[in-house]
Amino acid sequence: MNRSEIIKNYSDIVVTKFSSKMWSTFLVLGIIVYLIIAILSLDILQIHKKWSPERASLFALDTYAHKDHVTMKWSEPDDIIISFEGSRWSQYVGPYQKSDGLPERYPEWTSIGPEGETKISFKNGGFANLYDDKVTIENWPDTKETLVFRLDAQGKPYVENVDNLPKWIRVTENKIEVRPSLYERVQVYSKKVEVHRYNLGWNYFWFDFDSPLEPYGIWNAISLSFSGDRVDPNISNFSLLIQEFLNNDMWHHGQILWALLETIFMALLGTLLAALLGFPLAFFAAYNVTPFKFVRTILRRLFDTLRGIDFLIWSLIFLRAFGPGPFTGIFAIAITDTGTLGKLMSEAIENTEEKQQEGVESTGANKTLQHRFGIIPQILPIFISQTLYYLESNTRGAVIIGAMGAGGIGLQLLGAINTGTSWENVMYMSLLILGVVIFMDTMSAKVRRALIGDETLGAELQLAKMAKK
Amino acid sequence: MQSSLPENLIKIENNLKSLTRTRSIYSFLSIAALIAVIYSGLIVAETGNATSIWVGLPKFFDYPVDLFVGSWEYGYRWNLLLLEYLPDLISTINMALFSTAMGTLLAFFLSIFSSRNLIKSKTTVLIFRRIMDICRSFPELVIALVLLYLLGKSALPAVIAIIIHTAGALGKLFSEAIENVDKNPIEGLESCGASWFTRIRFGVVTQALPLFLTYTILRFEINIRASTILGFVGAGGIGEQLYTNIQWKYEADTIAIMFLLVSTIIALDYLSSYWRKSLIGLKS
Repeated sequence: MNRSEIIKNYSDIVVTKFSSKMWSTFLVLGIIVYLIIAILSLDILQIHKKWSPERASLFALDTYAHKDHVTMKWSEPDDIIISFEGSRWSQYVGPYQKSDGLPERYPEWTSIGPEGETKISFKNGGFANLYDDKVTIENWPDTKETLVFRLDAQGKPYVENVDNLPKWIRVTENKIEVRPSLYERVQVYSKKVEVHRYNLGWNYFWFDFDSPLEPYGIWNAISLSFSGDRVDPNISNFSLLIQEFLNNDMWHHGQILWALLETIFMALLGTLLAALLGFPLAFFAAYNVTPFKFVRTILRRLFDTLRGIDFLIWSLIFLRAFGPGPFTGIFAIAITDTGTLGKLMSEAIENTEEKQQEGVESTGANKTLQHRFGIIPQILPIFISQTLYYLESNTRGAVIIGAMGAGGIGLQLLGAINTGTSWENVMYMSLLILGVVIFMDTMSAKVRRALIGDETLGAELQLAKMAKK
Repeated sequence: MQSSLPENLIKIENNLKSLTRTRSIYSFLSIAALIAVIYSGLIVAETGNATSIWVGLPKFFDYPVDLFVGSWEYGYRWNLLLLEYLPDLISTINMALFSTAMGTLLAFFLSIFSSRNLIKSKTTVLIFRRIMDICRSFPELVIALVLLYLLGKSALPAVIAIIIHTAGALGKLFSEAIENVDKNPIEGLESCGASWFTRIRFGVVTQALPLFLTYTILRFEINIRASTILGFVGAGGIGEQLYTNIQWKYEADTIAIMFLLVSTIIALDYLSSYWRKSLIGLKS
C-alpha cells in the first residue's frame, strides 16, 4: 500500500487537511522568527565584544587568591612599601626598616641581596630585584639571561637587552608590563615600580592583618583559648578570639553574619506571618465553610490583588514607611504570601473530603468543631508543606529585597560588588547565601516528604486541584 | 467505674491518655518554639531597622497617598504615560520570554541526564543533579550583578542570569516529571527495538509534555517579575524606569509603571491558570 492508497482507505483517521498541517508549521516558523528578533534586540551577538577574558580571569583570580604589592618610587628607592592587597592599612615592615625599632615582620619571600637590593622571589623560581636605579628580572622561565629595566634621560622606562624579549613582556611608551602568568606581575612606570605577587587562598580570613592573634593561626588560637597565657592581659583568650574574629577588618565577619541572620529572619518571619494571616482567611474564602458569597468574593479579589502587586512594589511601599531594615522585607514577604497561601489554602479547603466533616457532624458537634476535626486534619499536611516551600523560595526573595534597600546580606553583596575590588568578599557572601538556600531547601524537602510522602506527588496534586477549579 | 471495664479496654484507655499527653507536650513545645522565633526575630528586626515598627506603622499609607495625590495633580494626560512606558514593558517581557525559552531548552537536556529511569550511570545523574542544585540556589540577582559588572549595563547579563536560574529550577521539576512517567510505553518501544532517542521522544516526552508546559508557563510568570527586578540594578526595561522615576519622585510616572506591571502580572496570572486548566484537562 502506498501513501495515496492509505489516505484513500483510511480517510477518517488520516489528517490531510491543509490548515491543520499548516498550523504547526506556522507555529515553528513563528518561534524561529521570534528567536531571531529576540537575539537581535537583546544584543546576544555582541557578547564577544563585551566579554574580555582577561578582565574576567582577573576577577575570577581575585575570588580565590590574594596578592601582595611591593611598590618602589624611583625618587625614593630606599622607601620600599610592601603591603597586603595594596592597602595602606596593612603594610609589612620590610627588612630595610629593621633599624627603626619596629617589630620585625616581613614576608619570607623578600630578602636583601649582596648589593643591598631588595629581592622578591616568585613561585616560578624567578626573582625580581629592585635596585636604586634599575629593576632586574632573573631566572624566569623562558629566559636565561637577566633582563634589566632602567629609566632613560627623559624618565621613560626601557629594556636594556632588547633582543629576544619573551612574549609576556609588553613594552609601551610609558610602561613595561611583565606578566608571564596570572600569578606574577611586574609593572615599571616612569614614576614607580610595582610588583604583584599572587597566592592561592583567602588570607587573613580568621584574623585580620593587625590582630594580635594573627601570628598564631586559627588552630593555635583555638587551643590558646582553652589553655595558655593571656595574649592580651585585659581580656581572656576566648573572648579575644571571638572579638578578633567578628571584628575582622578585611572580612567583616560580624557584620556579614549579622546581615545573614537578618535575611534569614526576614524570610522566616515573613513566611510565618503570611501563614498566620493566610490560614484563617482561607477559611472565610472557601465556599464549604463560608456561606456568604459576598465575603468570599471580596477575599478572593483581595488575595489576587495582594499577589498581583509584586513583592518588589510592596517592598518599595514599606521602604518608605519603615526605612531600610528587616521590617520592610518581613512585611513585603508577608503581604505577598498572605495572598498566595490564602488562595492555595482556600482551594485546598474546598477540595477536602466531605465525609469526614459529616462524620464529625453526626456526633452532634457544632460548626467550629466540625471544621476543627473535619477539615483541618485534611489540609494541615498541604498547608505545612506549602508554607515550607514558600519559606525556601522566600529565603532567595529576602536576598533580593535586601539588595533593593531592605538591608541584610543582599545589600552587603551589592556594596561589595560595587566597590569592584573585593571579589573575595563577593565570593564569601555568595557561598554563605548558597549554603543557607541549600540548607533551607534540603530541610523543607525532608519535612515535606515526611508529611506528604512524595514531593512530586504533592506538586502534581496541587496542579490537578487548581485545574479542577 | 474504670474497674468494671474489661482489662484490654483499660489498657486502650491508658494508651490513649498517654498519647494525648505526648501530643499536647509536642504542641506546647512547638508553640513555644514558634513564639521564641517570632520574638527573637522581632528583636533582630527592631535593632536592624532604621525606623521602629511603632513609628513606621502609622506612616504606612504615606507613600501610596503621595503617589495618588501626585498623579491626580498631573491631570488627565496621565493615561498617555501608560503608552510612553509600553515599549519598556515590552522589552522586559521580551527578556523574560527569551530567557524562559532558552532556560526551558537547557532544563530539558539537564533533566534527561538527571533522571534515573533514562540514565543508567548513577554518577552522571548525581553530577547533573548537583549542577542543577547550584544553578537553582543562586538568586538571579547575584549572578546578574556579577555579570553586569563584567559585561556592562545591558539586558544581556539579566538574560544569562535568568537562563541559569530557570535551567536549574525547571530542570529539577522536569526530571521529577520524567521519573514519574509510566514505564510501559518505554518498555513497549524498547521491545520493538527503538533507540534511546526514539524512546525518549515517543515514550517520555509524549507523557510528560503537559506537565512540562505547565511548569514552563508558571516559570514565565516568575521570570517577568525577575526581569523587572533585574531592571532595577541596570538591566534596562521597565524596572529601570521604575527605579529612576522613584528616585526623581515623579509620582505620576511611578504610578503609571506600577499600573502597567500589576496589570501585566494579573493578566498573566489569569492566562496561565487558564492554560494550565486546558492542558491538564487534555491530559486526563
